Amino acid sequence: MNSKSSSFWAGVRAEFPLLVGVFPFGMIYGVLALTAGLPIAAAQSMSWMVFAGSSQFIAAQLIHDAAPGFVIVLTVAIVNLRHMLYSASVAPYLDSVSTGWKPLLAYLLTDEAYAVVITHYEKEGLTPSSHWFFFGAGFALWFPWQASTAVGIFFGAVIPANWPLDFALPLTFIALVMPALKDRPAIAAALSAGLVALLAYSLPYKLGLILAALVGIVVGTVLEARQ
Amino acid sequence: MNIWWIMLAGGALTFGMRLFFIYLFGRLEVPETMRRALRFVPPAVLSAIILPELLIRSGKLDLSLGNSRMAAGLVAVVVASITKNTLLTILAGVAALLILQFVM
Repeated sequence: MNSKSSSFWAGVRAEFPLLVGVFPFGMIYGVLALTAGLPIAAAQSMSWMVFAGSSQFIAAQLIHDAAPGFVIVLTVAIVNLRHMLYSASVAPYLDSVSTGWKPLLAYLLTDEAYAVVITHYEKEGLTPSSHWFFFGAGFALWFPWQASTAVGIFFGAVIPANWPLDFALPLTFIALVMPALKDRPAIAAALSAGLVALLAYSLPYKLGLILAALVGIVVGTVLEARQ
Repeated sequence: MNIWWIMLAGGALTFGMRLFFIYLFGRLEVPETMRRALRFVPPAVLSAIILPELLIRSGKLDLSLGNSRMAAGLVAVVVASITKNTLLTILAGVAALLILQFVM
């Protein structure tokens, strides 16, 4: 086996343990996107067009709430801002790859692929075939994400419409937010954002959400800087 | 805006952010403030969605015991902090909501 394909498969193998969490998450997304009112084709396509788990859940929730398009797009962008950090973090290792590889690997740069790829780079350093490892890890996440979305959509289509599954979206967000509340600045960010969201709920265009998010981020950042 | 345009714009922005520093390597660095602020994006955005979903019923703040979504949400908070499992949290929250709606 040459070094390209062995790097590719090493990347696939390294990504495998993470799929235990990713596959059910993709299925939940598929179910909830349908119950939020997305057409089947749109629910499935969001998984390759946006390809970023939590922002897809949030987009589905906001589409369900009939939020205006620019608010949904802006919220997705804020939630996915962290990918710029990943981009900056892997950039030194991709300086030497050809121009065609850069957009492909950037497209595959999810939370889960980043975690595996940066660990590999830091341990093994840069090798002539390490972008194949990146590709393997990214693809090993991409394909199950599409497949698990499809499985979820299949279930979503057969679940009776009167089940209160629209409530499952905020519950998913509770499961996502709890592990992030591990110190005072993070808790203060969450509480202040939640409070502003309640107070500003009647603002038009769901702008209260954007305002609340910005207040929470500023509160957390300022509190942390003071410590 | 059409749902497809929303997804296209959201996807293009996400892709652009993923490519940004890979493409501009050596020419631009992440500002320190942004690096520190990003940690607070998930707690801020998610809480800003969760609290109104649980506490605002028919356009008004409802903190009464009759608000079954608030109570079911509290059950989910407890289950999420103990199990750290998304699926269990959803199942517990939906079950709590169904039971509360049946009882009340």
